[in-house]
Amino acid sequence: MAATATAGRAIRKAKAQETITAYLFVAPWIIGFLLFIGGPIIVSFVLSFFRWKIINTPRFIGFDHYVAMFTTDDLFLHSLGVTFRFVLYSVILGNVIALSLALLLNQRIRGIGVWRTIFYLPAVVSGVAGSVLWAWMYSGELGIFNNLLIAVGLEPQAWLWDEQLVLGSLVAKSLWNIGVPMVIYMAALQGLPQDLYEAADLDNAGEWTKFLSVTLPLISPVIFFNLVMGIISQIQTFAEPYVMTKGGPANATLFLGLHLYENAFHFLKMGYASAMAWIMFLIIFVLTMGQFGLARRWVYYEGQSS
Amino acid sequence: MTASSTSLRTLLLGNRFRRGLLKTVYIYSALFVYAVLFLLPFYWMLNTSLKEPLRVFQIPPDWYPNPVVFRNYLDAWVSDRTDIAAEIPVYNYAKNTAIITVNGVIATTFSSALIAYAFARMDFPGKQAMFLGVISTLMIPFTVLMVPQFILWKNLNWLDTFLPLMVPYWFGSAWNVFLLRQFFMTIPLEYDESARIDGATHWTIFSRLIVPLSKPALGAIGVLAFVFFWNDFLGPLIILSKPQNFTLTMYLANFSVAFVRTTPWHLYMAASLTIISPCLILFFFSQRAFIQGITITDFKR
Repeated sequence: MAATATAGRAIRKAKAQETITAYLFVAPWIIGFLLFIGGPIIVSFVLSFFRWKIINTPRFIGFDHYVAMFTTDDLFLHSLGVTFRFVLYSVILGNVIALSLALLLNQRIRGIGVWRTIFYLPAVVSGVAGSVLWAWMYSGELGIFNNLLIAVGLEPQAWLWDEQLVLGSLVAKSLWNIGVPMVIYMAALQGLPQDLYEAADLDNAGEWTKFLSVTLPLISPVIFFNLVMGIISQIQTFAEPYVMTKGGPANATLFLGLHLYENAFHFLKMGYASAMAWIMFLIIFVLTMGQFGLARRWVYYEGQSS
Repeated sequence: MTASSTSLRTLLLGNRFRRGLLKTVYIYSALFVYAVLFLLPFYWMLNTSLKEPLRVFQIPPDWYPNPVVFRNYLDAWVSDRTDIAAEIPVYNYAKNTAIITVNGVIATTFSSALIAYAFARMDFPGKQAMFLGVISTLMIPFTVLMVPQFILWKNLNWLDTFLPLMVPYWFGSAWNVFLLRQFFMTIPLEYDESARIDGATHWTIFSRLIVPLSKPALGAIGVLAFVFFWNDFLGPLIILSKPQNFTLTMYLANFSVAFVRTTPWHLYMAASLTIISPCLILFFFSQRAFIQGITITDFKR
């Protein structure tokens, strides 16, 4: 009896020891979360109800910032629209290109490493360097794009100076950076079970049918993942408009991130910028949750009855 | 596929193989078109960077540099710039970026591994909830955090120092914790158990067993972190204001401001190419690590 009690105590002691060690291992995360993520989020929520330009004392103004965002600040809704349109086109087109490249590379081809390198390479180029380069390619008379257009007898375009065209020009630049989703699609395609394709072959299914009824359902979780990650990253687009257009012409590329940056660090409207950041956070939250909700209708998980 | 086997197969398989051949042609031509489009910007950067100054502004532009001017690469770094940044030697920007990058790579890899170890190999109250917390922070964009973090740095008197760009990364990053946890879980638990029986502490198991076994995953996290820190722009932009503290990306973004009349694109492109080259070289030499870093997670799970 006494022996088991001692053993029990020893086990309990070992368990407590284990718990303490575990907390020591995760302590950096807890501290970091409180200091750099959780704390700031609460602070920014509180700040969003204050008018504060860093040098003066914060003044409580209730929901004024949130009201102003949708009434007096014409640029906020505008920048929201700009960002939405950009995210929509760049994520959808980017995934179409990434998936089509992955499908091409999934065929039995030679030099797969070389092809993969070529298509992934732009992903290691910084937003700034890439933007500088594309701004140069988009320039009026000296730009490569206009000279290519002229060479084939077409009209040159004002890529970054035409209000109608500029967002499309930035979307095109973003399509150059599809290396990450492409590699993820490639890995997913390689992991597909071959037996389903053999069964489809027996049914004399064409390539297109196989793609629609075997490949697409099987990789739908990966498509979903890439869409979510794509939206979260593209909604934060900053370097491109900052370097290439400064938000112009006529605010046609005033992205949410740029508008927020200017309010916070040029006009020092810390409270207002915090309110904007919160709205941005809510938008990402709603979009992601919405996608999870929608996902149940079209994402197919293996081993799950439909 | 050699030529002789091609003809043999055509004889044997006839139409069906011809359709296969057509498909091959189609695949390679599609890849070729895509490759040209993806490489064109790189070619244009290289082409411009090697042109004679006057020829840069020639209309229509030359498709290749003639003569080839390697001097541009020197001039890009020591040109007669007119701004305040002119007095700062360019290696200073490179040094700043290097400090931030080296610290970032070590900090985020080490701390994320430590945290991931606890989530993957240990049992403690609140583990599930805490891990859910890690996952949910993946959704929080930096843009949302930058204003309150800026206020924190201001109150700590850390503005215009490298501390805000170095210290936070010692506390793990959600994405890396998540990826490393997934990887650590693939290592058989029996290894830990036998080490425990031999009296090994968790720190010993972590540093002597899990870390050596996870070198590919840690390397993958490391190279991706290198590219992230080397390329980071918004972070340094809001923190650093004295030109001697600027990083390479800030220098690049301000490059044309320094020139009164026209932007010297040949120098701009030479500077750009130099600045992106460490990432390009790293990628060429550790492609496998990049690919693994991106695809560490198994999506079916």
